[in-house]
Amino acid sequence: MKIIVPVKRVLDYNVKPRVKADGTGVDLANVKMSMNPFDEIGIEEAIRLKEKGVATEIVAVSVGPQKAQETLRTALAMGADRAILVQTDDDAEPLAIAKILKAICDAEAPGMVILGKQAIDGDNNQTGQMLAALTGWPQGTFASAVVVDGDHANVTREVDGGLETVALKLPAIVTTDLRLNEPRYASLPNIMKAKSKPMDMKTPADYGVDTTPRVKTVKVSEPPVRQAGIKVADVDTLVEKLKAMGVNA
Amino acid sequence: MKTLVWVEHDGSAVKDATLSAVTAAALLGEVHLLVVGSGIDGVAKAAAEIAGVAKVHVADNAAFGHNLPENIAPLIADLMGHHDAFVVPATTNGKNIAPRVAALLDVMQISEIISVEGPKTFTRPIYAGNAIATVESTDAKLVITVRGTAFEKATATGGSAAVEAVSAGGDTGMSRFVGSEIAKSERPELTSAKIIVSGGRALGSAEKYQEVIVPLADKLGAALGASRAAVDAGYVPNDYQVGQTGKIVAPQIYFAIGISGAIQHLAGMKDSKVIVAINKDEDAPIFQVADMGLVGDLFTVVPELTAKL
Repeated sequence: MKIIVPVKRVLDYNVKPRVKADGTGVDLANVKMSMNPFDEIGIEEAIRLKEKGVATEIVAVSVGPQKAQETLRTALAMGADRAILVQTDDDAEPLAIAKILKAICDAEAPGMVILGKQAIDGDNNQTGQMLAALTGWPQGTFASAVVVDGDHANVTREVDGGLETVALKLPAIVTTDLRLNEPRYASLPNIMKAKSKPMDMKTPADYGVDTTPRVKTVKVSEPPVRQAGIKVADVDTLVEKLKAMGVNA
Repeated sequence: MKTLVWVEHDGSAVKDATLSAVTAAALLGEVHLLVVGSGIDGVAKAAAEIAGVAKVHVADNAAFGHNLPENIAPLIADLMGHHDAFVVPATTNGKNIAPRVAALLDVMQISEIISVEGPKTFTRPIYAGNAIATVESTDAKLVITVRGTAFEKATATGGSAAVEAVSAGGDTGMSRFVGSEIAKSERPELTSAKIIVSGGRALGSAEKYQEVIVPLADKLGAALGASRAAVDAGYVPNDYQVGQTGKIVAPQIYFAIGISGAIQHLAGMKDSKVIVAINKDEDAPIFQVADMGLVGDLFTVVPELTAKL
């Protein structure tokens, strides 16, 4: 079974985002960029399925700028077999990305697509579900466990209040949650090897998809700042203040 | 504009998150509700009583019993032929279903709105709440998920909407519900609790969480929460997690105990009305957002607080 794992290049999760002074977005100039953490979990899960003999080939896909090549090389260094970069300088939206991925699924016929549940920049949480709609395949979102059993996958999902398990007919779409696995680091020899793994260069036009945004960003601003309050000296003072607010045990 | 709000329910009662979505939908136009499930007469009746609702569509079918999006999304896409906006509470079920509907309608969804600025203009947090984007849809129809903590809850009673049965759709056979492990608890739900007591890594163990955090929550009738660090360390189950990747909460009072205040945690609780922080490190970032801070050893301070309240 072939597995496709889409990956996105985003602002590194350790970097504090700064809103640009002109309100057009978040400043991405000269800051560290990395693979979206949920996508790293997706790559790791695909590799584990390959190590178990369930998956035979892992194809990493990114829709984004020229520099997303670096993100794909990271995926290849972790253990993906080949990569496809669909290059665009538009800030492609989940719907457009899902359409491109649908076209890639038509061409590649994977048994499973594993996506991050959301990217940590736009926080949309849409692409996997949209791809499932467009392909007409079942979806297991927010996965904390994936077990392939013949022509089905049992996906355990993190839902409000606990866990839920669904059985999905393959091919299926899975989106990862944090506790699915802990992604490995690429070893130096594997980083070297990744440089010679194949990477296809495509454009959205190759798949007949228009990436012009449907949602216009009017402005981006800083969130309201919460002011620090007071420090209380001891428990008695805290109890007094809480009781003044109407807290009664 | 006619809106269709998907009702989150547990088979017998309407969940609170729905009421916030109703408030958001009412800012856009006429509010219709959709109750989907299996054996849901009671939910439909309760939904019809929500104030400000014009009509309740009820799709009762065994195939809709577990919110499987494969079965539900085509039904909703169909109903959207007669509605202009699909409005969904941003719960795990809502987030699972809405984008599937959006793609079927060829609409770019707007996720987790926190305000309605115009008929097609909304604000929403991006970068884990480190920036707020004002966005405008150019699509013919809207698909929106609503962050519950950002909107007042609509009144659950007083309405008398017409109830109409929808007889469409069924089992696509693509997916099957296998089972669930949902924690049963007498406590208020995290996302709708008035008071939340949360513990962090400084507790050091699951036993200490039970010994220190639980009695305070018991005394206050509060919900229990935790930081991601405490969840990852195994002190509590993962559905306790408050933060960008866990639950987004906004109670009247939030107690952050032994929580340093990482960005990811703050993103989940900084809209609380009053934040009380207890931490032995006086430089902990949590104190920068806390309304009341107490620097001290939680193992002595918290039991004392529990005793004196």
